[in-house]
Amino acid sequence: MDGVHDMGGMDGFGKVEAEKDEPVFHAPWEGRVLSMQRAMGYAGAWHIDHSRFAQEQLPPAEYLTASYYRRWALAMEKNVTERGYVTPEELKAGHALKPGKPLKRKLTPDVVDASLCRSTFYRPQQGPARFKPGDRVRTKNIHPASHTRLPRYARDKVGVVELCHGCHMFPDSVAADRGDDPQWLYTVVFPAQELWGPDADPTLKVSIDAFEPYLEPA
Amino acid sequence: MDFQRLRCSALGWDDAEQETVMADHDHDHHHEHGSELSETQLRVRALETVLTEKGYIDPSALDAIIEAYETKIGPRNGAVVVARAWTDPAFKKALLEDATKAVGSMGHMSRVGDHLVAVENTPTRHNMIVCTLCSCYPWEVLGLPPVWYKSAPYRSRAVKDPRGVLSDFGITLPKDTEIRVWDSTAETRFIVLPMRPAGTEGWSADKLADLVTRDSMIGTGLPLNPGEVK
Repeated sequence: MDGVHDMGGMDGFGKVEAEKDEPVFHAPWEGRVLSMQRAMGYAGAWHIDHSRFAQEQLPPAEYLTASYYRRWALAMEKNVTERGYVTPEELKAGHALKPGKPLKRKLTPDVVDASLCRSTFYRPQQGPARFKPGDRVRTKNIHPASHTRLPRYARDKVGVVELCHGCHMFPDSVAADRGDDPQWLYTVVFPAQELWGPDADPTLKVSIDAFEPYLEPA
Repeated sequence: MDFQRLRCSALGWDDAEQETVMADHDHDHHHEHGSELSETQLRVRALETVLTEKGYIDPSALDAIIEAYETKIGPRNGAVVVARAWTDPAFKKALLEDATKAVGSMGHMSRVGDHLVAVENTPTRHNMIVCTLCSCYPWEVLGLPPVWYKSAPYRSRAVKDPRGVLSDFGITLPKDTEIRVWDSTAETRFIVLPMRPAGTEGWSADKLADLVTRDSMIGTGLPLNPGEVK
């Protein structure tokens, strides 16, 4: 979706300000949010792209003003209720009012270490790769209302395939609950002028990781 | 703009219901802590309580995750990888060919999931990592990302004006250095292999790791020079 989360190239947000000696969490609740998200992901309650899409659907003003982990918390409330794990009444009450739905598994302390290793996103290929490193490609001019990982600034642009990362689950499909729909994934590199016009920094190149359905031969 | 209404409508709650939630929690938690808890804290606590009571999560597992990110999984992991690449040419080659496999072979840290890619800085090319769409970051080698990495200023400008971003970090690169920005738009995760500082000949990998800053592995900084080590 063409939301405010898709920020690449926007102006006006000001300087990048790094915090000196930044703590891992700024408040205990941030750690609770992060770890709940990990635990629910481990349990198979939803996929990371569902979390991303839920955040993208926050009202723009909310997205821009909420802190990072607050956005996560709001997205989690959306996912637990919309996916039927919790009712809005239960969140309101702050207590369970009926038993939970069965989940694939439960994250317990003995498996935490193993769970901290990211799971693989590789999936068996559905067909041969259409592109190879060195190929010129044009990204499609698409504007789906749903989740996509093709950023606006890199749509309808000509670039060169640099790396092929194998076949991965396809976020656009996963977030729409249409399954993994595995697709080839490539790093595609663009000169800055292609993205930002003739006045762009001539020494700059930008790459995105693009799923095959985002690309056509150029 | 009415932020409260915007947020509540996003969650399908109206304002009256929201006030009820707040009142209930205030009642519960004031006794426990004797202090005002923020609306976010209350909501997060409600969420954890409900998920726990419904049997989905185990709070002690949450404690263990938090402890791991606070004590074990941080940029020192990446620094050790970089220092080894600086001192072991065969490892450096393996790292640049397949970072997942190379880092996995070290076995000193939490295991690394698939899809890690290391990109090398050279005298003519500087790499920088960003995630313009959200906050993708190589957690296993760098820990959790700092706030600035997830912020609008960085996400918006890194792909268009990386030299401006670098100047926010006090870094100026030669005008003819190629800047390569990697936007992490899929599940691939990138780590920058910075250049080894001059004047470190003969240093052990252990000592070199102290020069490798988190930002130097994101590309918004450079490694420390020998004189800058604390």
